[in-house]
Parts: sequence; structure tokens; C-alpha cells
Amino acid sequence: MDSMTTLASYGVLILPLLSFLLTGLWLGRKNWIASACTATFLMGLTFVLAVILALGYRTQILLHPELYPSATSVAWEHSWMTFGPGLAAHIGFYLDPISVMMVVVISFISFLVHFYSIGYMKGDKSAGRFFPLLSFFSFSMLGLVVSTNLIQTFFFWELVGAASYLLIGFWYTKPSAVAASKKAFIVTRFADAFFLMGMLVVGTQSGGFDFLHVNDPAAAVILNRSVGTGMFAFNLLSVSTVLIYLGAWGKSAMFPLHVWLPDAMEGPTPVSSLIHSATMVVAGIYLTARLFPLFAAAEGTLRVVEFTGAFTALFAALIACTQTDLKRILAFSTLSQLGLMMLSLGLGGSSEGGAVQTLAYTASMFHVFTHAFFKSLLFLSAGIVIHAIHSNDIRDAGGMRKSLSWTYAATLIACLAIAGIWPFSGFFSKEEILQSALKGGHYIALAAGLLTSVLTAFYMSRYFILIFHGTKRSHASEHGHDAHEGILMVLPVLILAVPSALIGWLGKDFFLAHILPYTAGASAAGISESHESGSFSWLVPVTSILIMSAIGAGWYFYGRKKWSAGFSEGQEPGWYRVLRNKFYVDEFYGFLVRKVAARFVATPANWTERKIINGAFDETSGVFRRLAIRLCKFQNGQVQVYLSVALLGLYALYWIGRMVH
Amino acid sequence: MCFHDSITSCMLTLTWVLPLASAAVMMLFPKDRSGLIRWFTLTANGINLALIVLLSILFIMHPPVQTGGTQTVLAFSANHAWFPLLNIRYHIGVDAISLSLMFLAGVIVFCGTLASWQIRERTKEFFILLQILAAGVFGSFISFDLFTFFVFNELTLIPTYLLIVMFGSGRKEYAAMKLNLMLMGGSALILVGIFGLFFSSGIHSFDMLELSQIHFDRSFQLWAFPALFLGFGILGNIFPFHIWSPDGHSSAPTAISMFLAGVHMKLGSYGCLRIAMYLLPEGCRPWMNVFLVLAVAGVIWGAFVAIKQKDLKYMNAYSSVSHCGLVFLGLAALNSIGLRGAVMQMLAHGFIAPAVFCIIGMIYTRTHTRLIPQMSGLMASMPFLSVCFVLAGFAALGLPGMAGFAAELNIFMGAFGSSSLAKVGAGLAVLSIIITAVYILRGVNAVLHGPALEGSHQLGDATFAEKVPLVMLLSCILVLGLYPGPISTLLDHAIQPILNNLNR
Amino acid sequence: MNLMGCLVLSVALFAIGAFGLLTRRNIIAALLSLELMVNAALINFVGFSRFGGPSTGSGTAWHMDSQAGSLFVLFAVAVTAAEMALALAIVIALYRQRKSLDLRELDSLHG
Repeated sequence: MDSMTTLASYGVLILPLLSFLLTGLWLGRKNWIASACTATFLMGLTFVLAVILALGYRTQILLHPELYPSATSVAWEHSWMTFGPGLAAHIGFYLDPISVMMVVVISFISFLVHFYSIGYMKGDKSAGRFFPLLSFFSFSMLGLVVSTNLIQTFFFWELVGAASYLLIGFWYTKPSAVAASKKAFIVTRFADAFFLMGMLVVGTQSGGFDFLHVNDPAAAVILNRSVGTGMFAFNLLSVSTVLIYLGAWGKSAMFPLHVWLPDAMEGPTPVSSLIHSATMVVAGIYLTARLFPLFAAAEGTLRVVEFTGAFTALFAALIACTQTDLKRILAFSTLSQLGLMMLSLGLGGSSEGGAVQTLAYTASMFHVFTHAFFKSLLFLSAGIVIHAIHSNDIRDAGGMRKSLSWTYAATLIACLAIAGIWPFSGFFSKEEILQSALKGGHYIALAAGLLTSVLTAFYMSRYFILIFHGTKRSHASEHGHDAHEGILMVLPVLILAVPSALIGWLGKDFFLAHILPYTAGASAAGISESHESGSFSWLVPVTSILIMSAIGAGWYFYGRKKWSAGFSEGQEPGWYRVLRNKFYVDEFYGFLVRKVAARFVATPANWTERKIINGAFDETSGVFRRLAIRLCKFQNGQVQVYLSVALLGLYALYWIGRMVH
Repeated sequence: MCFHDSITSCMLTLTWVLPLASAAVMMLFPKDRSGLIRWFTLTANGINLALIVLLSILFIMHPPVQTGGTQTVLAFSANHAWFPLLNIRYHIGVDAISLSLMFLAGVIVFCGTLASWQIRERTKEFFILLQILAAGVFGSFISFDLFTFFVFNELTLIPTYLLIVMFGSGRKEYAAMKLNLMLMGGSALILVGIFGLFFSSGIHSFDMLELSQIHFDRSFQLWAFPALFLGFGILGNIFPFHIWSPDGHSSAPTAISMFLAGVHMKLGSYGCLRIAMYLLPEGCRPWMNVFLVLAVAGVIWGAFVAIKQKDLKYMNAYSSVSHCGLVFLGLAALNSIGLRGAVMQMLAHGFIAPAVFCIIGMIYTRTHTRLIPQMSGLMASMPFLSVCFVLAGFAALGLPGMAGFAAELNIFMGAFGSSSLAKVGAGLAVLSIIITAVYILRGVNAVLHGPALEGSHQLGDATFAEKVPLVMLLSCILVLGLYPGPISTLLDHAIQPILNNLNR
Repeated sequence: MNLMGCLVLSVALFAIGAFGLLTRRNIIAALLSLELMVNAALINFVGFSRFGGPSTGSGTAWHMDSQAGSLFVLFAVAVTAAEMALALAIVIALYRQRKSLDLRELDSLHG
């Protein structure tokens, strides 16, 4: 590591923090334009440093496998707190292929989102508060991905949660935004508690929190033992990894903890873009990938990962077909894509013979990478549409092709990318995922993945056609024009369109060669197996045909037959209502929280607190008070009575003394 | 900078003499000169805080080297005969635990003075009583003689009663009486324990350091430990003897709520650690499982009850129950990480709870209500207070980077590294962070967010005098949370003798 | 006259005084009874002073200076006289206010 790279690695964390402090404590309250420009500039600088870092990493570590066999290094590390021999928490900078990839992606997208926000937040009187939070969000996510140990991960993990809470509830006077922010925080916090528990178990039992230690096969061996007795006997490794995975489960919004994500679009659109592409939700995937060797050693954990992913992918894709809110459609598409990534991670693991199946891992990271670009592009362009029609409802859009021509082109690219059409980026990553499912013999996952791809193609074409084609359906949509939104908003969209289209093409070979899970020594043999994955198989034409026909169907129903976005009042069939209401999961939670938790836990607890515990005190003091009132009767003010009692007492004492002797 | 030992120990004595002397001087002031009284108190407490900071710096520069034995090595110590007939000594000194708590107390007293700036009636009485309260606490933290410790501890009770009755709100007579009765009950248990220690030691000594070297009879330890631990535990807010605190907190004036939650309760948990656990290690082990269960019950119970509270002060008081339960969980882990976590949690909660009480008090002076349903959208009218409230709320729910997280992490880790019962307890306690998030966000969202109430825009944000304590408290929270390394190392040294005694 | 005679006299006086104090309704009479009780105690002093303390035969028996008891009595007589003056002053003040010296009516100390 030369000093330039080290410097860049410091800068990548310090600049966003500086931006947060500078704009939050000082500039934001004076002049929002100055604060916006400062934040954007510093974020741009961060991106430059991230690129320098990536280049340095590539030339000095990645291309020197003889020095760094696992392509992993720690750029710097400072002690945060020490717990005991070997047990310490550090704040450090971890360099490996996925952390460097994420740093570049996050800083790039965050920079563009900052840039876009200058246009988007124009005229919002609380814009000065927006940029510090946005910078803080980026900072937290950058800190998360470069973590060298579990505690640092948890540290930034929670900061990401807090930042998203503040950003989702940014428009705090809007009750729905406030509720959504609270929901996001509490649902993810629910998962985080399990993460914390799992982390502590892994750390204290294996003797360290560092990823280099935890991912070592030796740690898994230590953990792989049975604890407890009888009914409560369980394998420590499986339980602790599942506990950690529960954290990822909540953060990456896997079913049934997905409920916060669709509501999170109550925040400003740039925030949604950031949450859905590079920050927040990817954290869960990233954590799973980061601990992949440990997870792979645990029996069953990867199956859990695989099936939650598969189920979420399908579940969310189905719901996405029926939503009418622009951002909600995108939110469910994110859920579905996250499901695919999780599914893909779950496909990895050791096959017979001990070789680690790494293709799936690579594919998942590849999909994280490509998804970040096209999903943020989708949100940013949706933001332009929302600005143009002053509504979130897809039924108010329509026929925007002419007026929003740039946005139209960009959205088209993003839709094709997410649908997985060759040669757009999504095609490559999705294809890798399906390939690895096929190779690993995970046919259920393969079926889920295929079905999800088809549904994705369908709802994205529905989304696209309903917005841009057909007739203008609302008054507002008559006037919207992307030139009105100014270059500040359109430019980032156009910039993002480039990687959305091309990055898969460029990145494919690189990913296959370098993005591999951390492997220590022995299992390196398994890696060679993954390299041959590029070979042609029947899967590519089959998926392509399926996807094309789904797009065709979308075009046929919504373009040709001019279906509206949903059924009119009272005409929708039952299954459609179930889908539109997102399988009533929210309602179920509402019932669980309001009726069950509140009525059967908090209220009785409060009652017991007031009536029983405090009552016991009041009752005890009451007994004494009543006793005192009785005794008061003797105190009648007659001195002679007092004296008689005193003399009697003396006499009694005398007798007591006699008896004792 | 090099100070002679006698000077530093005089400085240590000054920390309780100064508040007491200032109280005595204020008695001579005319009572209508409230401005003079306020500034005088603030100056005295400022000097006192500066004194403690100076001592802390000296301490950090030359920390006392623990010998690795079972006897705590004190800094700035002095040991004089006070009442030789009963072998009562004036034995003072500090180690990292007591000094950090002194610092906490210094900050809270200073901030509390500022938070009481708006008191207009009977100012003189208020500040005199506040200073006596402060003297009692400072005296307790530096005392290493059980008798003087007890006397200083008792010195805090009467002013608390008077302050709540004279300056409180709501059911103040009930609350003050409840608080005093329960704490006096605790004191009775402590007194029994102290005399037990005195007579069973065979050396007729109240000196903690001498007593720590005595091997007490096991059967004695088995009854004296619960008496002492419970006695201090009542003051330290242990479930189910926490009930004095919600009523007490919510009836007390702001500064007293801050003081009760921030400092007074810590005196209890400090006593549990320093006296009960340190002096009676053999009694500690068998009883600790009982207190572990109570601790975990408190953590979860407090959190659940807090969800249902409508009054912000009650919410924070029950959150204190939950957080103090974590202190006891850390103590019950009986290992260095857990004990360290417990002390850090004392500090963390000592800064966080007063910060929240302070903010609630400031909101109350503007809105004249503390009821959550009656408030909404305060963010628009008082941005500074709101940001502070959000930050303090985050700190309370254990957000990393804030003091609460650093402490909780230690406590959980300590408990996970302890007995299997402690592991189960830690698992349950970890889940409480979810409930904590629920009630904190419920409070924050309902009060700060949502549509602004009519006329609320005229309420006005924090004044300069109000900003100072908030900034001070939040900086302490942030420093402790962002950079807990040094203090945790210092605490490790201080805990070592106690731990050695426990493992003897 | 020996110690026992003194003690019997003292007990008798004390009992009469106590009986009077508990039964007389007039406050002056009660005070007189009180004075009797005080004097009973003083007789004890004088008796012990004159005849010595109870001899337990061992060296640890308390031995008072024989003058001390008499001194105490003289001192106590002076004090009692002062006390009585004070008490009578209070009685007069009381009488002026209440127009009564009946002890049963003076019950403002009740709780």
C-alpha cells in the first residue's frame, strides 16, 4: 500500500463526514445553496478518491496474488475499544474486492444523488437540513462496507438505520412520512437485535470479531459444536449465523420484514434512490457476502438465505404488478431484486468434495453492482416524472414521452436493464445468478429466479408504458417538461444511464476473475471451478425468450389494449385485491402490534406496574398509616393519661427484665 | 504541573466543602436578590467542575498503579481520624470509577444549575438545598470510610424531599414521601449491613480498604450481601423497588429530576459495586443469580411500561428503570467486561437521562404540558431543542457513536461471557433494544413531528442559557460513545482489585 | 435509721406523689405531687450518700464520694425551686387564658 492509496482510504471516510459536519453545523442553517454545493463537491471528491483507491488496490493488491493470496488487506485500523485478549473493536478500512467495489459504487451514486438533489430540493424550505443528512447517510454506508470487524459493521449498520430514519421522515409534518420513518427504524431495529446477539455469540465464542478471524475456517470449527441440552440443544454455528443473518434479513427487507421498504418511499425521491440502490438495503446483502465463508460452513444457514431470497423475489414481483404508486412499484421491484441477490448468495456454499461454489457469490455481487446503477437511475427519473406531474400516482402520468424525452430514454435503458435484456447490464448479472442456480442443481431457486425475471419484465413494461405512452391522463402531465427541471436533475440521470447500459458488458470478466469470497488456504482449490461459468448454455436463449414475451405481454395489455393501471372500484377480483393490498402483511403487523403486543403485553404490564407494584407500596404504607391513626387515639392530650401509660410501661419493662433473668 | 499529595487531597475535600460552604454563604444573602444567588451558585459549581476536571487531568497523567492485588490503590487520598472512639475515619480518595462518577456529578450539578435558571420563587431556598444535595453526593463518591459514606449519602435525602415538596408539580407530596420512604428503607438495610461489617470484621473498622482485606465469615456474607446490595439497589433503581423513581422524577423540578436520574441513582449502583460486591465477594456469587433475574426483569419491564406512558417524564423515568437494569446486568456478569460495562452504563445513563429530562423541562416551560398526545410538530418552532431531543433519544436507544451503545455492548458481551443464566438474560436484554426503539421513537415522533400545533410558532427556541447544558451533556455523550477506549482502559484498572476479590 | 428506712420512705413518698400526679385534677395539686416525687428522689440521694451504696463485695463496686450525694441534693433543691417558679408562672399564664386549672380540660396536645 502506498501512501496515496492510504490517504485516499482515509479521505473516503473523512470527506463525507466533513461534509456532514460542515453543512449540518454551519452552512445548512445559513444558506442552503452553499451547503448543497459543498456537500456535492465533497461527495464528488470522495468519488475521485474512491477511484484512486480502487486503482491503487488493483495495482498493488489484486494483481499481486503472490503477496495477497486472498486479495485482502487492511488499509488502516484504529482501536476503538478493547474487551480482552483478542477481543477488540476497531475502526478500520478493509480492502477486498467487494469492499472496494462498494466504495466506488456508493460514492459514485451518492455523488450523483447529491447533484440531483440540488435541483430536486430547490424551493423546499428545509433543504438546508437535507444535505447534511444525505452526506451522513453516505458516510455511514461507506463506513459499513469498509468495516474490518463485526462491531464496526454493527456500528455503522445502526448509523445507516438512524440516517434512513431521519431521511425517510424528512418531511416531518407529513404523518405518513413520520409513520414510515418509525416503521423503517423499528423493523430494522428488530432485526438488528438478533444481529447483535449473533455477533456477540460469534465474537465471544470464537474469540474475535475481525472478519479475517471470523471467516477463517478455524473459527467455524470452534463454533461448530452443540450447546444446551435436551430440547434446547442446538448447533452454535448454525444458530449464530442465522441470528446474524436475521439482521441482514431486516436491513435487506426480506419477507416478512420487508414492510418498511415500500413505505420508505415517503422520503424525498433522492433518498429513495440512495436507499434502494447503494445504501441501506444493500447492507444486508453485503453483510451476508462479507460473512459468506462462515455462513457456508454452517449447515442450513445458506438454505435459509436461499429460500428467503427466493420467496421474497417472487412475492414482491407479484405485488409489483398491481401497484399504482410510481415509487411503490419501484420499491417492490427492489425487494424482488434483493431477493434475487439473497437467493444467489444462498446458492453458494460447499458442494460435495469440499469445493466452495463461488459462482453464485460472484453473481450476487455482480447483481448488487449493476442493480445499484439502474435502480438509482429508475428512482431519479421517477423523481423527474413526479416533479412533472405533481403526483406519485401512475394513473396521473401517461404520454410523457414527448415532454420528458431525456427521461424517457434514460428510463427505457433502466427498464431494459432491470428486465435483463441483452446487452444491458442487468442481463449479465441476472444470467449469472440463473446459471449458478442451474449448475448447483437448485431447481426451485432456478424456477423462482426465472419466474421473477418474467414478472419483472412484465411489471417494468407496465410501468414504462403507463408513464410514457398512451394519452396524458391528468392536467398536470400536460405541462411537465424535463427541460423545466433543469440540467441539474437531468444530467445525473443521463450520466447514470451510461453504466446502466454498459457496465455489465465491461464488468463481467472482471467480476468472474476477481470477486471471490475470502478464502483462506485450503479451500482455494474450489475456486478454479467457477471460472468456466462463462460457457454458453441453453439457459440464455430460454430466459431471453421468456423475458421478451413478458415484455410483449406488457406492451400488448397496457400499450395496445390500453389497460388502465388497475381495476375500477368494485370490479377487481379477489386475488387482485390480495395482491394490491400486498398480501395484507401490513395489516397483519398492525394487528400484531396494536392488538396483540399492545393489548396483551404493554397494557397489562402498565396495569401491573400501577396496581400491583405501586399498589403494594401504597398498601404497605396504608397499613402503617391506619395503624398510626389507631395509635393516635391514645394521644388524647391528657398529661395524666400519658404519665399512667409511661408508668405502666416502666412496670412492663421491669417484668420483662425479670423474665429475661 | 506537579502537585503535592496533600494539596490534591485538599482539592478533593474541597469538592464537597465548596457546595456546602456556598450554601452557608447563601443563607446570608437577602432572599430577593435571586440574580445574585443564581450567579453565585453557578460560579461555585463552575469552580467545582473545574476542580474535578483538573483532578481528572492529574489522574489521567499519573493514574495510580494498581498492584494487582485485591486492594484498590487510591489517588489523592487522605486518611485522618475523625471520631477515634468508634474508629470512624475521614478516609478519602478516588479511583477511576469514583472519579468518573465525580465528573458526571460535577457536570450534572452545573447543568442542573443552568436548567433551574428560570426558577423565580424561593430561589434562595432552592439553590441552598441544591448545594447541600451536591455536597452529599460529592462527599459520598470520595469517601472510603463506610460511616462517612453513609452520612454523606443520607445528607442527600432530606434536601431531595424538600426540593420535590417545595418546587415540584403534580402529586408532589405523595411522590416525595414515597421517594424518601423507599430510600430510607434502603438506608436502613445499608446501615444494618455496615454495622454487620464493622462488628464481624474483628478489627472494628469502617475503612473500606481495610475491610476489603478481611475474609468475612461465609454465613455472615450470605445475609449481609443481600442487605447491602438491595439497600443500594433500591437507590440504584432495581426492579421491583424502582417505583420511587417514576413518581419522584416526574414530580420533581427539572434540575432535581436530572440530579436524581443522573447522579443519585448512580450512588446506589456505585455502592452495590464498591461496597456490597467488593467487600462481600463470597456472599455475592450465590446471590447474584437472584439479582440477575431482577436486573433482566427490570430491563424488559421498564421498557414495556414506558411504551404506555403519556407523560414524557414518566416515559423517561421508566426508560431509566430499563437502563439501570442494564447496570445491574453488567454487575451480575461478574467479569471484567461486564463490570466495566456497568460503570460505563452508569456514566452513559448519567448523561443521557438528565439530557432528556432537561429537554423535557425546557419543552414544558414553553408548552406547559408534558403529555405526549397534547404535543405535535415542535420541530418547526424549536429546531435546536428538537435536534437535541432526537440526539438524546438516539443515545437512549443505544445508537452507536453515543455513550449508551459503548456501555451496552460491554454489558451484553460480559453477560454472554458469563454463566448460562447470564447468557439467557443477556439474550433477553438484547431484545429490549427493540422495545426501547419503540417507545423512544413514539415519543420523539409524536412530540417533534407531525403537523405543528396552532400558535406553536411563537413558542421560541432554546435561549443561550438553555443551550449550554444541552451542548455540554450531548458532548459528553458523544465523546464517551465515539472514543470509549481510554476511559474503558482506566476503568479496567480500577475494576481489577474488585474482580480479584471476587475471584479470590 | 438505716438505708432501708430511707428507701422505704422514699418509695412511699414517690408512690404518694405519683398517685397524686395521676389523679388530682387541679394543676397546683399535681405540681405539689410532682414536688413530692422529686423529693423522694432526693431522699434517695441523701440516703445513699449517708449510708453508702449497695456493697457487692467486689472491688468493682461503684464508690461515690459521700459528699457528692448531698451536694446533688442541694443543687437539685435549687433547681427544683427555679423549676417551680417557672411552672407556677406558666400556671398563672394558663389561668389567665383559660380561666381554669382543671387538668382534664388542658388537652390541646392531643394528636
